[in-house]
Order: sequence, then structure tokens, then C-alpha cells
Amino acid sequence: MPTRIHVQTTLNGEAAEFLCDSRQSLLEVLRDDLGFTGTKEGCSNGNCGACSLQIDGVLVDSCLVLAAEVDGKKVDTIEGLASPAQLHPLQQKFLEHAALQCGICTPGFIMAAKALLEKNPKPTEHEVRYWLAGNLCRCTGYDKIVRAVLDAADTMEASA
Amino acid sequence: MQTFDYVAAQTVDEAVSLLASKGDQARVLAGGTDLIVQLREGRRALETVVDVKKIPEANVLSYDAQNGLHLGAAVACHRIYNDPVISKTYPGLMDAFTLIGGIQIQGRASVGGNLCNSSPAADSIPTLIAHRTMCVIAGPNGQREVAAEQFCTAPGRNVLENGEFLLSLRVPAPPKGFGAHYLRFIPRNEMDIAVVGVGSSLVLGDDNSTVTDARISLGAVAPTPLVAVEAAAALVGKPISDDTIAAAANAAASIARPIDDMRGTVQQRIHLTGVLTRRTLQGALSRARGEN
Repeated sequence: MPTRIHVQTTLNGEAAEFLCDSRQSLLEVLRDDLGFTGTKEGCSNGNCGACSLQIDGVLVDSCLVLAAEVDGKKVDTIEGLASPAQLHPLQQKFLEHAALQCGICTPGFIMAAKALLEKNPKPTEHEVRYWLAGNLCRCTGYDKIVRAVLDAADTMEASA
Repeated sequence: MQTFDYVAAQTVDEAVSLLASKGDQARVLAGGTDLIVQLREGRRALETVVDVKKIPEANVLSYDAQNGLHLGAAVACHRIYNDPVISKTYPGLMDAFTLIGGIQIQGRASVGGNLCNSSPAADSIPTLIAHRTMCVIAGPNGQREVAAEQFCTAPGRNVLENGEFLLSLRVPAPPKGFGAHYLRFIPRNEMDIAVVGVGSSLVLGDDNSTVTDARISLGAVAPTPLVAVEAAAALVGKPISDDTIAAAANAAASIARPIDDMRGTVQQRIHLTGVLTRRTLQGALSRARGEN
């Protein structure tokens, strides 16, 4: 039995450390050991994007990251998005546009959209659709999601 | 997922000695977008996973006009296409690196891993071949270099021997008059595996018309990516024209020996090989002429 691995990381801006097995994905450790269940498990093979989060600012599928790999890295999940006072504009716009039904894909879409707007604050509809191609939603048909992201971009630009 | 040891190797020697001592029971981890799926699905059983991302030589990303591109095998796609100089210098490579998986996959997946997974349909390999890429392999006897077109030997198999791993890739600096382009056919807009993929490059002489060098590589039409030697020969030494491009496209289609599967039929893949050869040559030509 391999020894457990000690991992030190920055999780949503705060120092965090945990012990994990080498075979555990980052997604498993977040959900099962650390209680960060906002990140969802969908396909567990890198197709659906439900487990999207950022490592050192880079958008990845956390089902395809070993927890041991994030030692010394900065991990940002959906839990870090809202402040106690208010929702992030993406969260607010997803609500206003009813851009979700069952909600399983939503944290992944919001994290992916956040990464897009950090890189490209004023994306076109075409750019939004291509960027979100790695996130699957089986309820909404995507149109409301795309509108919510475009509206959030406008809102964030206006308040910047 | 099955149990295994995870080791983040710090040096080339550490990785080589681990890989050499564990043989088939060890495998290199870079982005993990193939390996972790294979482990989770039980398609591969390992004692040890050797993470090479902390090895400096596997993480290098540099370009200069003398030496060309030096690309560490563990460098993820997003790092490459977000480098303004490299993405402007090698648009024919970026064609492939920007369409492997979605954004999340590009945040992790490395070009070296795409080569080592050795899928016949890998998007990066035809364009690496069209750019005359050399693969730098580290192993128990030091380093050796293998041309990209020699790297894959069968679906999922390659020239890496026990104790060896792919360390980096070297892509020559584009000579004057160079243009390259990669295209694949998929029946949707994004997120799919190539039915056929073609990477083409050409070099124009001082008259901006005579082809002095050309290279065409075909993906997903044989057990390994192919080099279409006759197709390139149909272009070299002649002024580029619709006729020479058509001759090259026919020559490329004639060496395709694809399979029938759920993604396409033999007949469709042979047809697509000709179409994509023509289109990638037209794209390479406009880039060589600085038109885009």
C-alpha cells in the first residue's frame, strides 16, 4: 500500500493542506475529504466539464488531475466566487437568465466562463460558444447560458 | 481508481532510473488527459506513475530565429498558443494545438503526450511532421533524436524503449517563404476525434511561386501518421498552381489506407484525404505569401 501524500496548497485564497492517496483525483479529494462539494462529478473522463476549476489560473477538469499534483499550487473552485455580501456577476446573471435547470453542470460552466472573461472581458457570442465547448449541459440547450455569460461580461465591464 | 505510486521526478536521471527499473509497470505523467482516463477505466495497470512536469528540460518553451522552437514534452497546449511570438511564428502548429479537446483539456494536455499516446488520429502529429520536428528522447544511454515521422510504430505504440521518455521537441525556425497549415475533418464544430487530418508545409522561392520544398503528412488513414512523399514531389521544383496542388492531392489520397469505423468509411476517408491536402496546401500557400 503506497504511503499517503502530504499536499500543501492555496484553496480559494487560503492555505490548505491534506493527505491523499496517489490514486485520488483532485475532484475526489475536494468533494469527499475536504467537503468542497460545489465542484461536480459528471463523466469523470474529461468530456463534460462539470468538474472545471482553475489551477494557478488555468482552467482544467479536476477529474483528470491527481490531487498530489497540486502541491504548491493555487486552486480556485466555485466556492471562492461569491463574497458574503453578494454573488459574483456570473452567478447573478445565471439566475436572472434562468441559465440552469438541474444545476449539475452550472459550477463548471461558471468557472469556465470566469476563466474566459479573465482572458477576454468582451467576448463575442461565437467566442463564448467555442470556449464553452468543453462543458456539456443536457437541460438548457445552451442559449440561456450563452446569454448569461454575455450579460455578465457587459455588467462586469460597466462596473470595472 | 487503482492504486499506484506517484513520483514527481525532479531530474532526467531520476525519471530514467525509475522508468528503467519498473519497465512496463511505470508510465510517464504529463497532462494526464490520456493516462488518468486509462488508469481509471482499467485499460492500463501500473505500479508507478512518474510525473515529469517538474523536470526543467521537459518544461522548456523557447524560440529564436537561429535554433527554432524548443518545446518541452510536458508543456501544455495553452502555454504554447498563449505565447505571442511562438503562436505568430508557427500558425501551422497552432491550428492543431488549439483544437485538441476543449479549453480544459488544452490547460493540461501536452504535445509530447499527444505524440506518446501515438493515436493514428492525433491532431498534433501530422503538423509536427510537416514542420520537420525532431523528438529528443532521454534514456539510460543518454539522449537520442528521432524524426517525428519515425516516432509512432503502430496504434498506441512508439519507438520509446525501456527506461526512455520523450524529453522535448525541436522544430526548425521557418525559413523564408515558409507556410504551413493543419486541417481535420469532424462532423461537428468542436470536441471530436479526426476522421482525417492533414498537415502540409511548403517553401516558396524568391519568385514567390516556385516550390523549393514541401511536406505533407496524413493522420487517421493508416496505423501511424504517414508522410506523403509523392504528393510533395508533385509540387517541388514547379510554380505552384491549381494543377500541381490537384496532383499532390491525388497522390496523397492514393497512399491513404484507412479503416471503416463509426467515424467514417474507407471511401470517405480517401476522399477527405484529397480534399484536406488541397485545402491545407492552399492555406500553407497563403501563409507563405504572407496573406494571412
